[in-house]
Amino acid sequence: MSFLNYLINGLSLGSVYAIIALGYTMVYGIAKMLNFAHGDIIMVGSYLVYSSMTMAGLHPVLSILIAVIGCMVLGVVTERVAYRPLRGASSSLAVLITAIGVSYLLQNLSLLIFGADPKAFTSVITWKGITLFDGALQIRGTAIVTILVGLVVLFGLQAFIRHTKSGQAMLAVAQDKGAATLCGIDVNRTIAITFAIGSSLAAVAGVLFCSTYPTITPYIGAMPGIKAFVAAVFGGIGSIPGAMIGGLTLGVIEILSRTYISSQLSDAIVFAILIVVLLVRPTGLLGKRVMEKV
Amino acid sequence: MLKTIGKKYGFYIVIVLFWLLMTLLGNAGMLTSHFSSLLVPMTYYAIAAVALNLCVGILGELSIGHAGFMCIGAFSGAIFSLLTKEVLPGGLRFFLAFVVGIAFAALFGFLIGIPVLRLKGDYLAIVTLAFGEIIKNVLQAVYLGVDAQGVHLSLDMTTFRMEPDGLTLIKGAQGVSGTPRNSSFTVGIIVLLLTLFLVHHLMDSRDGRAIMAIRDNRIAAEATGIHVTRYKMLAFTISAAIAGAAGVLFSHNVTTMTNISNYFNYNASIMLLVYVVLGGIGNINGSVIAAMILYLLPELMRGLNRYRMLIYAIVLILMMLVNWAPGVQERRRRLKAFLKTRLTRAGKEA
Repeated sequence: MSFLNYLINGLSLGSVYAIIALGYTMVYGIAKMLNFAHGDIIMVGSYLVYSSMTMAGLHPVLSILIAVIGCMVLGVVTERVAYRPLRGASSSLAVLITAIGVSYLLQNLSLLIFGADPKAFTSVITWKGITLFDGALQIRGTAIVTILVGLVVLFGLQAFIRHTKSGQAMLAVAQDKGAATLCGIDVNRTIAITFAIGSSLAAVAGVLFCSTYPTITPYIGAMPGIKAFVAAVFGGIGSIPGAMIGGLTLGVIEILSRTYISSQLSDAIVFAILIVVLLVRPTGLLGKRVMEKV
Repeated sequence: MLKTIGKKYGFYIVIVLFWLLMTLLGNAGMLTSHFSSLLVPMTYYAIAAVALNLCVGILGELSIGHAGFMCIGAFSGAIFSLLTKEVLPGGLRFFLAFVVGIAFAALFGFLIGIPVLRLKGDYLAIVTLAFGEIIKNVLQAVYLGVDAQGVHLSLDMTTFRMEPDGLTLIKGAQGVSGTPRNSSFTVGIIVLLLTLFLVHHLMDSRDGRAIMAIRDNRIAAEATGIHVTRYKMLAFTISAAIAGAAGVLFSHNVTTMTNISNYFNYNASIMLLVYVVLGGIGNINGSVIAAMILYLLPELMRGLNRYRMLIYAIVLILMMLVNWAPGVQERRRRLKAFLKTRLTRAGKEA
């Protein structure tokens, strides 16, 4: 029964990874860039909720809304200021290093504003959860809510991409930027929308993550960010269901290895998986092999 | 003749002069002890920056785990020195510690390279980042020692039992202690000069040209018969090996390595990247100068320390935008052309 409990905790953590990985994979698929700062948007989202809820005493729903909108604006602004000027640069290193710079900037700005000491985050989910089998199985409310939110985000995103004009434009830009421009698609606008969606998802992930692990420091975003990238590669980068499957798998593996192998080495195990995936199947579970044109 | 010698060896001469100046000032007692203590770290950060520039600037692949290779070199070199402390004379032992540290770092570089360098895209960045974290986590969790019964390796302090005469090598989060203090400014400068010689020589060689051809256009390079993966592996392994040498200097300078996450974390790798970017990507000598200046500046001006990281971040972003953004490049080209016509017109009128 305790195994089942760990499994559910794993799925809950995995849902958080999946939501982050969705943002990663969308940006990578459409803008063809690795947004290192994506993880730090999570951190910004958590601090926004913390300051509006715990410090300013606003209603939880209102503070989540503030965090989502704040991160959305942040994502679009960083794209406009730091990444867009480098589109079409002769070296792909340039935008990668800029993204690292943005990530570093966000971390150190929050370090200056909020200080290095961890802040206690009050969970926005007050529901205690359900107890099954006469108390043998206790499922925390946060876990249930996290998994449900993950599913809603997945299906919402799928529907958005399939059934809206902006979503179709995203698919077109992901396939061929030049041809999309010729069809009258505003590539810059489409990429900005991608960043907006990805960053607001990161804010949601931040709230869920901090509801489960309730301490915030300026560095909390980095690790989940990297693990979400591993999840995106695992599921096949650029694929939305792949990001979901990758995230869930990774969450379960992390919790189980933390429980049954070693708590100190669980991160190492997750990264070892990345290396194995790259060795065996570099395109990931659901990724497509793309022929390279000269 | 003199000009080519100056071009080729001028920078080595500058470094030797710098060494001479610092040594003379040190012997005359004109350097504060704080400043002298910065000289050795300055050399190993310069070496590590050269290593990273080989990877980023010459090979064209971003690594953000080079602190991890430094860590490997530091630990393997330190453990070798601890094991042979009583057996070997100091000089030979330190030399062999370098060999061991470099070999281990190169081995890890090779192993990391296998899954990643076959792929195109930005995977190396994330895998090296992951690797740096793995190394840090594992080395902080591990207990290693030798005694009469053999080698003991454990992840748990409670099960780690040693004979009283045993030698504890890695003590979990307390790390390695008792490494002999062999590093000196002179040794650091010698290793730096050797590194520079090696990297410049590599760049001028057939292998180096192949590596740079891959950086400039992978497909074209492949079409001319260059074995892409092999040359990428070569460059990356050498880069890791050099970072390992910097690590050996590190561990034989601080002697006690506790809390390694303070030295070999993500921030350390980013700091190296800042040295490389500021010195000029692909400009080996530039990395040395940038590393030396950037290392000394904040140390000498402690007041800046609070904002140092923030400044680094802004420097990274601005340098990239100014040097690489197509829009900015176009504007710079136009400004140049404008100034040129103005100057020639002014010249004609005068």
